[in-house]
Order: sequence, then structure tokens, then C-alpha cells
Amino acid sequence: MLIQTTVFYFFSGILVLSALAMITVRNPVHAALFLVLAFFTSGALWLLLEAEFLGIALILVYVGAVMVLFLFVVMMLDINIAKMRAGYAKYLPVGLLVGAVMAAEMIIILSKSTFEHVQPNAKAADYSNTQELGKLLYTEYVYPFEIAGVILLVAIIAAITLTMRKRAASKQQSPHNQISVKRKDRVRLADLDRE
Amino acid sequence: MFDWVQNIISVIPPIVLMTVYMFVFVLVLFGCVAYVTLAERKVIGFMQVRIGPNRVGPKGFGQPIADALKLMFKEMILPNDADRFLFRIAPLLSMIPALAAWAVIPFADGWNFADINAGLLYLLAMTSLGVYGVVVAGWASNSKYALLGALRCAAQIVSYEIAMGFALVGVLMASGSLNLGDIINEQQGGILHWYWLPLFPLFITYLIAGVAETNRAPFDVVEGESEIVAGFHVEYSGMGFALFFLAEYANIILISALTALLFLGGWLSPFPESWFTVPYLGALLGHGPHMFIAKTCLFIFCFLWFRATFPRYRYDQIMRLGWKVLLPVTLIWIFVEGVLLYFQVSPWFD
Repeated sequence: MLIQTTVFYFFSGILVLSALAMITVRNPVHAALFLVLAFFTSGALWLLLEAEFLGIALILVYVGAVMVLFLFVVMMLDINIAKMRAGYAKYLPVGLLVGAVMAAEMIIILSKSTFEHVQPNAKAADYSNTQELGKLLYTEYVYPFEIAGVILLVAIIAAITLTMRKRAASKQQSPHNQISVKRKDRVRLADLDRE
Repeated sequence: MFDWVQNIISVIPPIVLMTVYMFVFVLVLFGCVAYVTLAERKVIGFMQVRIGPNRVGPKGFGQPIADALKLMFKEMILPNDADRFLFRIAPLLSMIPALAAWAVIPFADGWNFADINAGLLYLLAMTSLGVYGVVVAGWASNSKYALLGALRCAAQIVSYEIAMGFALVGVLMASGSLNLGDIINEQQGGILHWYWLPLFPLFITYLIAGVAETNRAPFDVVEGESEIVAGFHVEYSGMGFALFFLAEYANIILISALTALLFLGGWLSPFPESWFTVPYLGALLGHGPHMFIAKTCLFIFCFLWFRATFPRYRYDQIMRLGWKVLLPVTLIWIFVEGVLLYFQVSPWFD
């Protein structure tokens, strides 16, 4: 139990620090990397709760895919720190308001009256969190699950359609034509007279 | 015969024992990585009718040690305006996931560091983390070529991860388990029961996506010498460069081992069971870690062979192959596999 508590506080400490650093550092690339660290440590915390599927899925989806694309975009920014600090005073009231609302919401949720702190029993060693989740998702919650899938599919198609604008100047390759090229289309044997 | 060894092992606390095992394993893996680099130069030399390295030690077998010593004593140069911390930590970021993934790989029945139920997911998560080393190195170098290499790498790895993930979904459907030991036990019954046959398109997809994930030829535009010098590690020298090099070869060994596990039945023997009782040779022909290592070596050889054979792909062709060829192939085959599973087609899905 002592080891578990130590591990919990170790990861929680890293999580809180990296989350703080993420919103305070000036360089956007550093901020994105701190967010990666925060996701990674929260994945580790979920593993402590025996939620292995959620923990690994968090790392796989957010760290392995979403944040790579984030970094991809942020890396190409022309970082100008002086310019970024310019609007600080102007946006401070809005930021404080949003922060206050979020803090109030968290306090309401986590206060004792609405959030019963019942410690769940530890599961047996052969308990498979992945299997249990799968069973629930494909039996009891199959319709919400499928509907969420369809909504995501629609979103993907919508995003692709938005980028499919036809421009007059854009040129496209036709791989089919490239592959089906024959020798006689490209090479001509010229019979030159000897001189 | 080994009673005294077992007696000693039984008194050591498990956590110390595990640490010792891990330490030994990492050392052995580094040794393998060093000699894969030598194998690469020898094999490609042979294929191109050259001799390859033959000066250091007998037949050139001391070459990796000489290379390692040289790299250790070289200065690590920081480029102007590089991000000092990220520049130094980037090689580690690409090395650590390549090592961490080995935790769940079973060498024989029950021979692994962590026998976890979500092993396949863990592997997918770890292999997807390797991209950070490359991306961070490219950005922290403060160099145009390095950044271009990193951008190419990020796009390529994210694209091929999807086809790779779908190939793993096929394995998961066939075996009904995410545990790597169970996946191999489901493949028992001889060479025709291994998943390479019922999942053949996924097997080929996984191998191609694996080559692309490790940024090896013919998909090595990340380093493309003729276009961007050396890509993301153009600014690295000394041990920083050596670590990237180690990570690349550790990833090759990892992907080869995974292909052997998921599609060629890991530690299972291809020979009929009646051969296992043959005197002396029986142990060699039976199931065991030597079979797993032999299959891994087969795929490592394929990686070297590809590099000696194929010309480099153009970047748009790489993207086309990933999204428009491999992804549809995996999707269609997962559907076919679903039908096969539904009708319980023997001998694989009954």
C-alpha cells in the first residue's frame, strides 16, 4: 500500500507541475510538450486505478496521435514572444472569469454532498478491464456507441469535404496514368543517317 | 543439475531479480543492435558484390566496437540557438520507447517481463511514442533540414500507424485476446495455423507499415540524403547521433520480433510434433525461444534486403500507398475476416 501511495503522489506531483508549466511557459512548443507529459502521467494514474484500457488508450490516442499533430502545427509557427505577451492585460479578465467558473464547477462536483467517496474494492488479479469495457460497450451501450461512431464519421467526411476545394491552378497526378505508361509512349528510336 | 542455481534465485527478492534481468536484457539487446549494424553492412556489401568491413578484428567482427568507441569520444556539438535541453533529451526520447516495448514480449511460454492483458495495446502505444524523439530533435536543432525531416517523419508515422493499427485489429479478432502469450497459443497446430495464412494481406501490410514506421529504405525520406542531407539528425554528432542510430536498429529488431510473434507464431516450431522426440536434435526442432529468435532474424534480414534492393519512394507515393492502398486493404480484409469468423471456417476460426 505504501508503494502505491508513493507512486500515486509521484505521478500526481508531475501531473500538477506539468499542467501548471503548460499554461505558464511562453514557448508554444514547450507548452505542447508539457501537455504531452501531463497526458502521459495521467495515463499512469489511470493504470493505478486498474483502468488499464483507458490508461493505455489515453497514451495511444492523445500522446501518440493528437499531440503529434498539435506539435506538427505549433512547430511551424513563427514564434514572436514579445508579440504574444502584448494582449495579456486585455485577456486577463476573460481568463479569470473562465477560470473562476471552472473552479466553481469542480468544487460543486467534488464536494462531499454530490460526490460520494466510496472506495471500490480491488479486483482479482485475473480481472481484465479491457474485456469488461468491451462487453459493456457492445451489449448495454451498443446504440450510444454506434451513434457516436457515426457522428465521428460524419465529422471526418465534413472535414475532408471542406479541404476539397477545386482551384484553377492546382495540378494533380494521376497514378493510374503514371503506372500504365509504356516504353513506346516515352522513348522514340530515331534512325539517323550516317554522316 | 541446476538445483543450486534455482536455490540462489529463490532467495533473491523478486524486485532485485527483475532489475538484474532487465539490465542483462538491455545489455544483450544493445549487443544485438551493434551486430545488426555490422550485419547490415556485410549483407548489403554481399548483395552489391563488395566485401564490406573486414579490417577490425577477425573478418571485421570488431567493427561495431570500433564504431561505438569512436562515437563515444567525439564531441557533441550544440548548434547556434538550439534548444539546449530538448536537443540533449531528444535522442533519449527515441531510445526509451524502443526499449520499453520489450517489456511485454514473450520469448517462450511465460518468458516475459510483464504478462499484461492489454499487451497488444501497450505495444501500439509504445511504438507510437517513438515519433517524439524525431520531432523534438528536428525542432530543437534550429535547422531547416532537421525541421523538414521531422515534419516528414511526423506525417509518415501518423499515416502508417493507422494501417498498422488495423492489421493488429485483425490479429486481435482472430485470437480473441490482447495478451501476446494467448495470441501465440491460439496459433498452435503447425505452420498452416499461423496467422500469416488467414491474415495474409494484413501480414504484408504490417510488414510494409513496419518498414515505414522505422523510417527505413525504401521509405527513408525522413533522412533522404539527396534532398535534406540527413534529416532530423543532421545537427547531431557523437553520442547523440549514436543514440538515434541505436534507436533505429532497436526499432528494426522490435518490429521484426512483433511480426514473428503476431503472424509467424512466435516460439512455435514449424515442424511436425513427431520430430520433437528425435534424440539430440529434438530440442532444436521443438518449440522454444530459439524459434522466436530465428523468425526475428528472418525479418531483420528482410529489412536489410529491402534496403539493398529498392529505390527510395517519392514522398507523395509514400502517402498514397499508406492511405489509398494499405488502409483499404486492411479494412476489406477485416470485413472478410469477420465473415470467416462468423461461419467459423476451419482450421483457423473454429
